[in-house]
Amino acid sequence: MAQPFRLPRGGRVDRTRPISFTFNGRTIEGFQGDSVASALLANGVHLVGRSFKYHRPRGILSHGSDEPSALLSVDRGRGRIDPNNRASVVEARAGLKTQSQNHWPSLEFDVGAVNDLLSPVFVAGFYYKTFMWPRKFWDKVYEPIIRGAAGLGKAPVEADPDRYANRHAHCDVLVVGAGPTGLAAALAAAKTGARVILADEGPEPGGSLLHDVTSEIDGRPAAAWLAATLADLDARENVILLPRTTVFGYYNHNHVALTERVTDHLPGATGTAPRERLWQVRAEQVVLAGGSHERPLVFADNDRPGILLAESVRVFINRYGVAPGRRIVFATNGASAYTCAHDAKAAGLDVTLVDFRTESECGPELGRLRAAGVEVLTGHTVVGSKGRKRVTGLLVAPVGSDGRCGGRRLLPCDCVGMSGGWTPAVHLFSQSRGKLAYDAARDAFLPSVSAQAERSAGAANGAYDLAACLAEGYAAGAAAAASEDRRSFTATPTATGFKPVRIMPTDADPTKQRAFVDFQNDVTAKDIKLAVREGFQSIEHVKRYTTTGMATDQGKTSNMNALGIVAGQLDKSLPGVGTTTFRPPYTPVTFGALVGPARHALFDPIRTTPIHEWAERQGAKFENVALWRRAWYFPRGSEDLHAAVARECKAVREGVGIFDASTLGKIEVVGPDAAEFMNRLYVNPWLKLEPGRCRYGLMLKEDGYILDDGVVARVSQDCFHVTTTTGGAARVLGHMEDYLQTEWPELEVFLTSTTEQWSVIALQGPKARAVIAPLVDGIDLSPEAFPHMAMRTGTICGVPTRLFRVSFTGELGFEINVPSDQAAAVWEAIFAEGQPHGITPYGTETMHVLRAEKGYIIVGQETDGTVTPDDVGLAGMIAKAKKDFVGKRSLARPDVVATGRKQLVGLVTADPKLVLDEGAQIVSDTNQPIPMRMLGHVTSSYWSPNCGRSIAMALVADGRLLMGNTLHVTTPEGFTTVTVVDPVFFDPKGERINA
Amino acid sequence: MLEVRYRTARTRPLARATLPAALDPGLTIRPAEAGARFSLRVRKATGTVAGLPLDGPINSLAGDDARWIARLGPDEWLIGTSETEADALAAAVASDLAGTAHALVDVSHRNVGIDVSGAKSAILLNAGCPLDLGDTAFPSGSATRTLLGKAEIVLIRWPGATPRYRVECWRSFATYVHGFLVEAGLGTTAPSKAA
Repeated sequence: MAQPFRLPRGGRVDRTRPISFTFNGRTIEGFQGDSVASALLANGVHLVGRSFKYHRPRGILSHGSDEPSALLSVDRGRGRIDPNNRASVVEARAGLKTQSQNHWPSLEFDVGAVNDLLSPVFVAGFYYKTFMWPRKFWDKVYEPIIRGAAGLGKAPVEADPDRYANRHAHCDVLVVGAGPTGLAAALAAAKTGARVILADEGPEPGGSLLHDVTSEIDGRPAAAWLAATLADLDARENVILLPRTTVFGYYNHNHVALTERVTDHLPGATGTAPRERLWQVRAEQVVLAGGSHERPLVFADNDRPGILLAESVRVFINRYGVAPGRRIVFATNGASAYTCAHDAKAAGLDVTLVDFRTESECGPELGRLRAAGVEVLTGHTVVGSKGRKRVTGLLVAPVGSDGRCGGRRLLPCDCVGMSGGWTPAVHLFSQSRGKLAYDAARDAFLPSVSAQAERSAGAANGAYDLAACLAEGYAAGAAAAASEDRRSFTATPTATGFKPVRIMPTDADPTKQRAFVDFQNDVTAKDIKLAVREGFQSIEHVKRYTTTGMATDQGKTSNMNALGIVAGQLDKSLPGVGTTTFRPPYTPVTFGALVGPARHALFDPIRTTPIHEWAERQGAKFENVALWRRAWYFPRGSEDLHAAVARECKAVREGVGIFDASTLGKIEVVGPDAAEFMNRLYVNPWLKLEPGRCRYGLMLKEDGYILDDGVVARVSQDCFHVTTTTGGAARVLGHMEDYLQTEWPELEVFLTSTTEQWSVIALQGPKARAVIAPLVDGIDLSPEAFPHMAMRTGTICGVPTRLFRVSFTGELGFEINVPSDQAAAVWEAIFAEGQPHGITPYGTETMHVLRAEKGYIIVGQETDGTVTPDDVGLAGMIAKAKKDFVGKRSLARPDVVATGRKQLVGLVTADPKLVLDEGAQIVSDTNQPIPMRMLGHVTSSYWSPNCGRSIAMALVADGRLLMGNTLHVTTPEGFTTVTVVDPVFFDPKGERINA
Repeated sequence: MLEVRYRTARTRPLARATLPAALDPGLTIRPAEAGARFSLRVRKATGTVAGLPLDGPINSLAGDDARWIARLGPDEWLIGTSETEADALAAAVASDLAGTAHALVDVSHRNVGIDVSGAKSAILLNAGCPLDLGDTAFPSGSATRTLLGKAEIVLIRWPGATPRYRVECWRSFATYVHGFLVEAGLGTTAPSKAA
């Protein structure tokens, strides 16, 4: 018979829409509206997994997001496999393949269950104790084995094919939880016209109203009130209602993160809709109405499949029309389980209730349930359970006021509903950094002092009566929308109140009992007691030592019981022990939701220049420079990097090379005080630089260390064309704006980034002038009229240009600035014109080699944020006459003027073919004891085709005093010998540049 | 000082950008035509330049699609016009601000515009833009510098009742920004109703 435990009527499932999925290969029939858990229970499946440590058979404990045990691997198709899905929150649908976890070879027969027999070994902190010795076994033996055994489920191995979306949203009132409290809050806030977002983790809004078949609200059945309220909210344009949306993180300034599960519940194609959407909500006010979690009772073998939380039994019966068992025993210490028992009885099931409280401690619920014909045993404890893969009976005993147990009685059953009281879900409140206060009457930590603009209401605030929740929710929603509106609700009274008990009294030896506190991490009451005996007193320490509350459920069902046990052992009050810290996420969040669209091409912007497509067509290899993708080298045929760079380097020095320098940062500095501004910002003098001339500018931070460099042209009296390094463009503009706005607001200067307005074509080599001469109009290119370090405006190929005569190669060279949309056309024209001259495109690698041959530094390579101008031999750039410039004062610091600073030198290896490693360390004497004194390191090192040997630059302590000396540099094979030389390896007189 | 421009045809980024057929039908994402852009910096926020007002509130837009001025800060404006009007506009600004310290920098080739329109425009933009784009916080005629995902943009909401926006970014970010918008446009669709 299909679905033998489906009740003949009732529930919100759609019995006209059957669905089926598989569990461990077996077909499970269910209905639209089922969760995986309810469908499994409808088919009598209780055993759904093996526990984390002891591999004990485990079933379904809860109906909601607090489920610690029923963790399944869910396969939704290729690449769509997730471990550790809670069966209680995964919506059943066609095509799902679900699998139990943590067993071998099968769920029914699991070899790992031997751990259960060995449990005396696996006490709290066992790995700290067991695996201490021998020390060296830790890395190779113990740690890998423990790692292999730890963890639940298998991580997916294929790339996730799904789309994940991100959405920022703003609202006046964010309501968390769409139970009665949240609905009333949303309604009150929405009536004011405020923008309201109402989010609920369930597939259907309603919370407890979805399984309340007996209460009335304002004279209507709860379900009818729910439908009317949802229709009201739905009709309002100022309300966004988000089902299947978990509010998981509460950050600063009411920045709240939600994850919406958009398509997981749908079978078949869902178009381009995302699997999940991350909502980043900035809310003026937040109403926390997330309800509360039921506590299990702590008794021996309280973890058998078939033992559920009492309210969850009620949910499966009322909401899903499923009987978790035919013969149910409810065990409780409070009133709410009586309602569950009532509903179970009304559903035609055999019901017994065992209450820890005495007759006199019970309320009117006791008489009502007895009147309904249910046997109620008051003043009874639970001392154990029977069964292995499914509970078959509950062992109970009367307990006196002294805690002594009377004779045991076995209550045969196939399901137990236990209730240990309620814990308000204060997770988000705590994440918001609000302070909790312990409330003895409700044995719970409740929201006390807010840190942000939020308020808690309903069960999340310790109110459990339906009418009270509705009124409190309404008031909270109205207040959040700055309204005085208040109203009361009439509703059926809720059975509330419980008598806290940490561990059920027992007649057995408690040191031999396995009474589970944390079901997901397999932590028992005796583990916690042991931790306290071993000296752990802080709850934060007990948590880490025993791992209680550290599983993915963050101890939603276990924390209060664990706290209570610790407090009891220490003979302290609960607030004296305190709570552990609540951290996001409230429930596990997929990586996909957090990553969103930021993957593949959208992981980071990939910036390319207008020349990029041309370079691609030429077969260039590219490298990443900051966010830019730059042509690295242009291999011909089968050339590798080495061969291509050697050819490109020769071509530039002997003929002409063309290079895309568009990524250079560019800033237009304009205003009557532009020269004064430049003078204050750079070490160089600028006031007397004539329009049409260029200068190499060096910029320091306040600490005197080099920040950036670049050639600057004075375009006119009040306009400078500044260039920066590629990676430093944004940093330099920010540095300039910072000083302009905060230090020198009196200067009339304006800064505009023109990095992308101008593309830069660098033409370098003895034949550079010959190539561009036919293309340039309006500029006299002769060396006399247009010397090195000059800038002229004119046109090239008819396109306006700022033509720089500058060189980063030591050759005659031009940097041709043209508007970016025209750069590709100009580049191609120059390339065509250069064909007779053997024009050769070159990339960043050749650029690096050529500048190193000339000893030109690269900021970030020869400098590392601790290098002064003098360290790299550029002290001559500093304008001595200037009263001040950024960093000037720091250049007089004792440590900056002291001897022994590392200075830039050249190194040549004894073996000319050996290319040193960049970053290699340098010592003077290889016979000194270890640790040796390191004099410095290699900053740049290349094979120089033009020198016919390797060259290197290095920062070496007092390097300039060591010219001609021999030093030793580390290599992977040992030390090698180098000679210290001047760092200019090619054309030391610098004659070629002025050709 | 400003040269005669655009003698040769301009090669714009996104010239070959395409849209997937599955894009949310409630949205249009289209690269804007090549135009002229100027960054204007001046400390005097009064009067007009080239007929465009300087005294609008920060984060407001004046003008129309063809000729507009967006005030991005106390002393910063972004001006847009057509290629053919560019030289005349620059000359007019120079004339109107003669004697006042200012910077008018041609950024026509730096900026790339993408037009977004349709009922779901704000939802689309909020995929990457953290600002409140509701009618109260960001009404038509608004303009601001902001973020879209990992790229800096200027966001303009054109005057008029129907939601029409302009996203302006730097040219090397255009591929990313366009790709981000298209991806977001695929993510705003509701799941097709499955049985």
